[in-house]
Amino acid sequence: MAKEECISQRNKTAGDTSALRNRKVFPSSEKTPSSPLSKGTHSQTAGHHSEDDAQSSNGTSAQCSTRGNNSEEPPSRVLLMLVVGLSFSTRLYKIADPPHVCWDETHFGKMGSYYINRTFFFDVHPPLGKMLIGLAGYMTGYDGTFPFVKPGDKYEHHNYWGMRGFCAVLGSCLPVFAYLIVLELSQSHTAALITATLLIFDTGSITISQYILLDPILMFFIMAAVLSMVKFNQQRYRPFSATWWLWLVLTGVSLAGALGVKFVGLFVILLVGLNTVWDLWRLLGDLSLSLVDITKHLLARVVGLILLPLLLYITIFAIHFVVLNKSGPGDGFFSSAFQSRLIGNNLHNASMPEYLAYGSTITVKNLRIAGGYLHSHWHLYPEGVGAKQQQVTAYLHKDYNNLWLVQRHGENECEKRGILLRKTTRNLHTHLHEAPLTKKHFQVTGYGINGTGDINDLWQVEVCGGQKGDLVKVLRSKVRFLHRATGCVLYSSGKTLPKWGWEQVEVTCSPYLKETPSSQWNIEDHINPKLPNISLSVLKPHFLEILLESHIVMIRGNSGLKPKDNEMNSKPWHWPINYQGLRFSGVNDTDYRVYLLGNPVVWWINLASLGLYVIMVAVASVALQRGFSLGQKRIGMVIDCDSNDSHVLMREGGQLFLGWLLHYAPFYTMGRVLYYHHYFPAMLFNSMLTGITLDVLLKSADLLLRRPYSDWLQRVGLMVLLFSVLYSFYLFHPLSYGMTGPLAHEAGSAMAGLKWMDSWEF
Amino acid sequence: GVMMLQLPLVVTAQVDLVLLLVSLLALWTRLSRLSYPNAVVFDEVYYGQFVSLYMKRVFFIDDSGPPLGHLILAFGGFDGNFVWNRIGAEYPSSVSVWSLRLLPALCGALCVPLVYLLTLELRFSHLSALGAALLLLLENSLIVQSRFMLLESVLIFFVLLAFFSYLRFHNTPSSCFRYGWLILSGASCAAAVGVKYMGVFSYLLLLGVASLHTWNLIGDRGVSHVSPAELCVCVCVCVCLQLSVCVQCVCRVVCLLVVPVLLYVFWFYVHLSLLHRSGPHDQLMSSAFQASLEGGLSRITQGQPLEVAYGSQVTLRSSASQPVPCWLHSHKANYPIRYENGRGSSHQQQVTCYPFKDVNNWWIIKDPGRQELVVSSPPRPVRHGDVIQLVHGMTSRFLNSHDVAAPMSPHAQEVSGYIDFNVSMPTQNLWRVDISNREAESESWKTILSDVRLVHVNTSAVLRMTGVSLPDWGFRQLEVVADKLFKAQSSSLDWTVEEHRYGTSQEQKEREAELHSPTHIDVNRKISFWAKFLEVQWKMLTVKQEDSEHKYSSSPLEWITMETNIAYWLHSSTNAQIHLIGNPVSWGVANLSLLAYQLLAAVYLLRRRRGFKDLPDGVWSQFVCLGCVCVGGWVVNFVPFFLMEKTLFLYHYLPALCYLHLLSPALLEHTHTHLLRYFHFNSRMLLVVLSYRTFCPLTYGSPELSANQLQGLKWRGSWDILYRRR
Repeated sequence: MAKEECISQRNKTAGDTSALRNRKVFPSSEKTPSSPLSKGTHSQTAGHHSEDDAQSSNGTSAQCSTRGNNSEEPPSRVLLMLVVGLSFSTRLYKIADPPHVCWDETHFGKMGSYYINRTFFFDVHPPLGKMLIGLAGYMTGYDGTFPFVKPGDKYEHHNYWGMRGFCAVLGSCLPVFAYLIVLELSQSHTAALITATLLIFDTGSITISQYILLDPILMFFIMAAVLSMVKFNQQRYRPFSATWWLWLVLTGVSLAGALGVKFVGLFVILLVGLNTVWDLWRLLGDLSLSLVDITKHLLARVVGLILLPLLLYITIFAIHFVVLNKSGPGDGFFSSAFQSRLIGNNLHNASMPEYLAYGSTITVKNLRIAGGYLHSHWHLYPEGVGAKQQQVTAYLHKDYNNLWLVQRHGENECEKRGILLRKTTRNLHTHLHEAPLTKKHFQVTGYGINGTGDINDLWQVEVCGGQKGDLVKVLRSKVRFLHRATGCVLYSSGKTLPKWGWEQVEVTCSPYLKETPSSQWNIEDHINPKLPNISLSVLKPHFLEILLESHIVMIRGNSGLKPKDNEMNSKPWHWPINYQGLRFSGVNDTDYRVYLLGNPVVWWINLASLGLYVIMVAVASVALQRGFSLGQKRIGMVIDCDSNDSHVLMREGGQLFLGWLLHYAPFYTMGRVLYYHHYFPAMLFNSMLTGITLDVLLKSADLLLRRPYSDWLQRVGLMVLLFSVLYSFYLFHPLSYGMTGPLAHEAGSAMAGLKWMDSWEF
Repeated sequence: GVMMLQLPLVVTAQVDLVLLLVSLLALWTRLSRLSYPNAVVFDEVYYGQFVSLYMKRVFFIDDSGPPLGHLILAFGGFDGNFVWNRIGAEYPSSVSVWSLRLLPALCGALCVPLVYLLTLELRFSHLSALGAALLLLLENSLIVQSRFMLLESVLIFFVLLAFFSYLRFHNTPSSCFRYGWLILSGASCAAAVGVKYMGVFSYLLLLGVASLHTWNLIGDRGVSHVSPAELCVCVCVCVCLQLSVCVQCVCRVVCLLVVPVLLYVFWFYVHLSLLHRSGPHDQLMSSAFQASLEGGLSRITQGQPLEVAYGSQVTLRSSASQPVPCWLHSHKANYPIRYENGRGSSHQQQVTCYPFKDVNNWWIIKDPGRQELVVSSPPRPVRHGDVIQLVHGMTSRFLNSHDVAAPMSPHAQEVSGYIDFNVSMPTQNLWRVDISNREAESESWKTILSDVRLVHVNTSAVLRMTGVSLPDWGFRQLEVVADKLFKAQSSSLDWTVEEHRYGTSQEQKEREAELHSPTHIDVNRKISFWAKFLEVQWKMLTVKQEDSEHKYSSSPLEWITMETNIAYWLHSSTNAQIHLIGNPVSWGVANLSLLAYQLLAAVYLLRRRRGFKDLPDGVWSQFVCLGCVCVGGWVVNFVPFFLMEKTLFLYHYLPALCYLHLLSPALLEHTHTHLLRYFHFNSRMLLVVLSYRTFCPLTYGSPELSANQLQGLKWRGSWDILYRRR
C-alpha cells in the first residue's frame, strides 16, 4: 500500500516536472508524437531515479540512469524506421500472387463490388470494412464487374491488387503500432523490439494481411485504439491539452472503426472501457481535484469515447443505406417495409390490393426478424421424419415457390376462413406427427391434389389485436393461422433443417398459443386482379427503424452460422497452440498453395511467455504482499529499478493480458462456427505481452548472476531469441509466399521435415 | 445451544429459544402431511426412475447432475417396482411416499435455522437473523420445492451449510477446533456440487471469498521494509512467521480444494460400486465399460480371448457414440455405378457402419503373408504397427480403400470390399494396426481394451465412421470412409474389438456356421475405477440432452418478477392443486433490497473514494462481507443461466432467491442503525405472513378451492392456474 502511494506520488511530481521540461525542451512534440513523448517521460523516470536513489547508493542511480538514457539516443528513430521498412516489405512482397480468388476473398471482394454497383446485400458483419474495400477498389480502378464466384477463379484483366494492397498496408501498420504501444508501456526498446520482431516475422500475420479480408482492417482499428489509449494515458498529467484531446478523439474514432468492421470490435471497446473506468476511479481518489474537474473529465470521456463513436458508427450505416439503394440478393432477409426502399424490388413504388380476399395469390412472411417466407417445394419429407408428404419450410429468398392461393372453405362467414392452397397444387396441412426438429410441435406438410384435401387442411385466420370480422390488411396486419382440427398455430422455429430440407428454416404447428413473432405472419405480395390497387409508398420506414432491424438481422445471422454436420470445426483451444491452420488457396501438389498458419516458433514462444507471465506476476505479487522487495536479495542494489520492473509487469502487462483475455475467452461461449483466424487479434496482444515479459525476465538475470555476466546473459538471450525467430521465418516463409510442388509429407517437397504437427495440412 | 459439562454432573445449557422455535416451525411447515398427495408430483416422475434404478442396482447416467442427489433420494428406499411414467399417477401401497420425500423435506427445513445462524455469523443482530429465518420459513416456493422428491432443497441446504461453516471458521479465534469447521465447509461444497452442477458456482464464490481472506493473511503479518542492517536480526522472526503463514495457507488449500475433490470422486465411487448391472444407458458407454457391467455386453463377451491374433474373428465397434453406436459392416450389395449427383464410384462391395448386432459384422484378421484364416497354435498376437488384412466373414471380401471419392464425403476415400472387375484397379487392402491408447510400442491388440486406428498402408488414410447416413441404396446405414487428413475428432477414428473368438475353420461354409453360433467362455475382466470415473464424468458433461420446449418453461428475466408459475399437481377429480408460486410479498422485498444494496454500495464507494468515511472500518467490512456473500451469491446463481441453452424453470431461481432473503433483513438492520430510524419490521413481517396464508392452499394442495377463489389467487395475468370444468 505504502509503496503504491509512494510510486503514484512520485509519478505525479515527476510528471509535473516533465511537463515543464517538455514544454521547454521539445516544443515540437505535437508534430511527431511518438518518440519525443517517450523521451519526455523517460527523462522523467531517469531524473526521478537519480534523485531518489542518491540517498541509498551511487551504483543504483548510475545503472538506472544508463537504462533510462538508452531511449534518448538516436537509435529510437532508426529502430522505428527499421520496423516500418521491414513490416511493409514483408507484407507487400508478392502481393499480387496468386492471381486468383483466395478463400474468403470470394465474399468480401464480392461485397466490395456490391458497393461499387450500389446493390443491396446482406452480411453478418457491419459495413465499414467492406465499404473501405469497395472504396479502395474504386480508387484503384476496379470497376466492380468481377463476379467472385468461388475461390480459385482467375482475376485475369480485373484490377484486384488495389484492394489487396489496401489491406496489406493496413496490415503492415500492425507491427509498427505494436512496437509503439510496447515502447510507450514499458519504456524499453528491448521489449518493443522483441514484439515487433515476433509480429513482422510471423507467417500467419503476413498471410492474413495480404488478401481482401476484413481481418487486417479490424486489427488495424483495434491496434490504433489501443495505441491511442496508451498515448492518452501518457497525457494524464496534462489534461485538456490539445494532444490530450487528440488522443482521446483518435481513440474514439478507432473504436467506432473497429466496431464498424466486425462485432469483435466490442472486445476492444470493453478493454478501453475498463481502462477508462479505472482511470476515472483513480481521478476520483485524487483529492486535489474538485468535483467539477472530475465531472469535466467524465464528460470529456463520455463525449470522446461514447457519443463520438456512436455517431460515427451510425454515420457508417447511414452511408451504407444511402449507397446501396438497388435491390439485390439481400432483400429477403429484411422486412417487407424495409424492402420497399430498394430500387428494383417488387415492393418499391408498388401498388397492390389493400385487403386480403378469397382467390388472392399471396406471399406470407414470418414476423420474426429475418424470418422467411412460407415456402414449399416438390421434395418430400424423408423417411423417419413424420409423414412422407411434401415439405413446408420458411425460405429467406424470393421465389415462385413462396406463392400461396387463398381459398374459401364452406359457407360464407364473417371471419376469413379457408384453405391456403399452394400454386403447385398442394394444401397447407398439419397433423399429429412430431415436427422434424422441434419435437413438441406438429409437422406441417403440403397435402392433397389440386385443392382437394381433408379436414386437416383448414386454417383459421386471426388478426392479432383485432376482432372477429376485421379485414386483413396487406403488410400492416399481423396474422396468425390457427389450425382448426388441432388448435395449434403456424409457427416458424428459426431452426435450420438438415440437408434434406435444403438448409431452409423449419415450419411447425405449435400447440403453445403464446403470441410471439414466431407465430405471427404478414401478407407481403398480394395479387388479385378483381380488386383495386393502392400505393405502398406510405410504408417507408424511419432511419432508426432500419438501423435497428439491420442489427437484429445481423446478430441472428451471426448466431445462425452453426457448424455443419460434416465439417470440422476449429475449437478455441486449438488456436494458441497453433494446432491447425486454414487453406487459403490450392489443395493438390500442382496448385499454388498458401496456408494460413502462424510461425510455430513465434506462437509457441507466445504461449510459453503467457505461462511465464502468470508465474512471474504471482511471485511478484506475493512478494509485494509479504512486504519484501525482490531487490532485497541483491543487498541494497537497484531496489527501485526492480520495483519499477514489477510495476511495468503488473500494471502495463496486466492491460495487455486483459486485452488478450478479452479477445480470446469469449469465443468459448460462442455457439457459432469458429475459425482459426479469429485468434489473430488476441495473438497481437499476446505478442506485445511476450515483449514485456521476456524483457523483464532478461533484466532479472541479475538476480542470478552478478554483473557483467548478467549483462552478457541478457544479450545472448536476446540474440538467441531474435535469431530463432528469423531462422524459423526463413524455414516457414513459403506458407505465406506460396508453395508449389509436392505436399510436405511427400518426398522432394520444399517443406519436407517441417510438418511438425500431424494436423497441419500443407 | 452451547453445552458445558462440569463435575459433579451438572448440565448448564444455553438454548437459543428463538432458534429452537424457528426450527420447530420449519419442521412443521415442511413435514406436516408429507405423504399428501399420494401421487407423482411434477419432476418426481424424472427422479423417481433413477431411484428405481438404484434399487435394482442398474447402471444409469444422468446428464443433469452428478450422482449424490439421486443417491440421497434413494435413501428413501422402496422395492423399485413402480413405473414412473406420468405425473399424477397414484402411488401403490408398496411405495412409501413419506420416506421418499423425507430427506429433501428435512434438508428444506434445516435451511431455516441455518439462515438464522448464517446471519449471526455475518455479525448482524438476532432480530435480523429471525427476520431472515422467517422469510425463508414463509416462502411458499421453497416449501413446495422441499416437500417433494426434488433436489433443489438439498442443494440449498449444502450451499448454506458451506457458507455458514466457512464463516464460523473465519470468525472463531485460532484453535485446532476451528479447522473442523473448514473441513465441514469443504465437505458441504463437495456435497453441493455432487447434488447439482449449479453448486459449482457457489463453490467458486466461496473459494473467492476464502482466497481473499487468505490473501489478507499473507499480507497481514508482513514485516514492513527491512533495512540491510537489521536483516540478520529479523531473519529468525521472519522465518517463523513465514512458516506459520505457509502452514495456514496449505491447510486452507487442503480443506477447500483437496477434500472437496476427493469427496466428489468418492460420490462416483459409491455410485459405480452400487450400480453393477447393465441397463438402458449402456449404449452410451464404451465397450470396455459395458463389459464391466453384469448382464448386457458382458454376457456376450465373457471369456473371450484377450489378445487378437491372426485368424481371429472379431466385430469392430466405432468408438464414436455419435450419432449412434455402430459396428463395421459389409453386405452383398455394391456401390451404385453412378450416384444421384452424377459422380462415379468403384462399384465394389459396400462397407458401412451398422447400429445393430448382425452376422455381417464379423471380420477375420488375416496375415498378408499367409493364406490361412485360422488361428495357429500357439496363437500369434497382432501387435501395434503390424500390417494386416481384414476379410469379411460372410462374403470373404477384403477390406479395401482406394483413390475414389467416398459416396457422401467426397473429400475422403471410398472404402469397399474388394471385387476384381479387371479394370486396372489394383487391390489396396493392407492396413496397419495403430493402437492409440498403447502403453508400450510393441503392445498387442487387446479385445475391448485397445482403441485401434486402421491406417491404410498405400495412402496412409485412416478408417473412419463419418456419421452420415447413406441413401436408400446403402440401406440408410452409416458411411465409412478412409480419411487422409487427421481432421476429424479422434473418437471417430478409433475402433474397438467387441466380440472376439479364435477362428477354427478354414472352409467358407464351416466358417459361416461358426459365425452364426454364439460365443461363450468364462473369465471376468474389470477396468479400473479411475477409467470408469473419467468416462462417466466425460459422458455426463458432453452428452447433450435434446432441449425441449415445456409448457411451464421460462426465461431467467421472468424469474425476478415471478412472471410464470409451474403447476406441479392437480387432483384427478377436484380443483385441489399444487403450484410453484413464491410468496409475492417477500419476492418484492427481496428485489427491493437487492436494488437498495447496490445503490448504497455505489454511494458508499464513491464517497469513500472522495475521502468521506461514512462508516467505521468494522461496519464497512461487515457491509462488504454481506455484499460478497449475498449479492455475490445471487449473481453467481442467477447470471450463468443466461448462458445456458437448456430448458429453464422457475425453480432454478430458488438458490439465488435464498441469498436475497438472507440479504434483506441484514440490510434493513444496517439502514436502521446507520441511516434512518423509521422502518417497521413488524408490519412488514405481518404482510409476509398474510400472503403466505393466502397462497397456502396452492402450496399444500389442500383445502380445495372453488373456481372463484382460484380466480382471486391469480394475482398476475400470466400465471397459469387450472380450473376443472364441472
